[in-house]
Amino acid sequence: MYEGVIQELIDELGRLPGVGPKSAQRIAFYLLQADADQAKRLAEVLTEVRERVRFCEQCGNVAEAELCNICRDPRRSKASICVVEESKDVQAIERTREFKGLYHVLGGAISPIEGIGPDNLRIKELVSRLADPDIKEVIIATDPNLEGEATATYLTRMLSPMGITISRLASGLPVGGDLEYADEITLGRAFEGRRTVS
Amino acid sequence: MPLYRDEAVVLRTQKLGEADRIVTLLSRYRGQIRAVAKGVRRTASKFGSRLEPFMVVDAQFYEGKSLDIVNQVETIGSYGGQIIEDYGAFTAANAMVEAAERLTSEESSPQQYLLLVGALRSLAGKEHDSSLILDSYLLRALAIAGWAPSFDNCARCEAMGPHSAFVMQVGSVVCQNCKPIGAVAISTDTSDLLGALLSGDWDLAETASDQARSSASGIVAAYSQWHIERGLKSMPHVERA
Ligand SMILES: [Zn+2]
Ligand SMILES: [Zn+2]
Repeated sequence: MYEGVIQELIDELGRLPGVGPKSAQRIAFYLLQADADQAKRLAEVLTEVRERVRFCEQCGNVAEAELCNICRDPRRSKASICVVEESKDVQAIERTREFKGLYHVLGGAISPIEGIGPDNLRIKELVSRLADPDIKEVIIATDPNLEGEATATYLTRMLSPMGITISRLASGLPVGGDLEYADEITLGRAFEGRRTVS
Repeated sequence: MPLYRDEAVVLRTQKLGEADRIVTLLSRYRGQIRAVAKGVRRTASKFGSRLEPFMVVDAQFYEGKSLDIVNQVETIGSYGGQIIEDYGAFTAANAMVEAAERLTSEESSPQQYLLLVGALRSLAGKEHDSSLILDSYLLRALAIAGWAPSFDNCARCEAMGPHSAFVMQVGSVVCQNCKPIGAVAISTDTSDLLGALLSGDWDLAETASDQARSSASGIVAAYSQWHIERGLKSMPHVERA
């Protein structure tokens, strides 16, 4: 244990995803020894990001206004919605340039063992968006791992009575991985070769 | 670094750093193992798909200082793919692996291992209703852990059943004379079903009415939550038919 504010910093860093106690300590001492400007910039951007960035009221993606840049863009097609787990998956799919529609960010995947059920994700919001008759297709692009696939099963069962085409990204994305790590070519192909599931 | 090898079922995975995962497994001979699987979140990983929850594997590990490291993985049973096709089965499997994680330790328990593998296989093969498989699994896993419930004789005076009251704290039915305050009412159909699920008498279990199934599920859920400290996070999310 260190004294006062140093320990507080280590504790806060240690609460970040993927950061263990040892890494937290390493980052804390790095910041102490780095030049003062660098630490100050980090503090400022942290404050700013919390003040300025919010979640798009329509799709749940990160946004700096009520709607995100994609939802505001008049060139995007309103006929298809691509459902992803996280905002970072939106970025991964945007890099492929394969998709011209809109997104819906769930905020995670269904994981009962972590206490996350359908009601803890933005699924109700998705269903209300689908009342819009302009929407013809929902593309489910959850992670190609067990929880992502189970979430896709749940969504398919729930949405299929609505009479909208539902498709799932083509396999070729090995099971077990995170969508954000798929390279652009693999992900682009998965989009092109998506299969209709309902 | 010493190496060891065991059969194991994957209970849970957690993201670690950029592309790794911490995998919690229940092994056949060494009890629970927590190990790091390196690079498995990259889509080019060879064994990422073999270390997803509900997979049964033959794996080799390096002994590490705090966590072991998964070195080689071969698939023995791949049940996840079939389980996720049915959302109810997926939620039941979650409750099973969570219960297995809470009821076992680093101590060897081949019985718990075999029970879990059998239950996952049965879920994947849709051998019975997923809700019945879960209830049977929970009763038997609790029994192996030392909390065997009883659905025939009165816990206090040993009078022969059937009895119409169940005492959660004791894990047993009791007769009208011995019934304490707070005992739960239980119908004969329900206690017969619970007894069948505990002994693995599927022919009898399959004949139970919907009402008996639903009240049996309620008792199993309450009994598990009673013995497993802080309860199971999966339980409220289990989809019952
Ligand atoms: Zn948006
Ligand atoms: Zn009695």
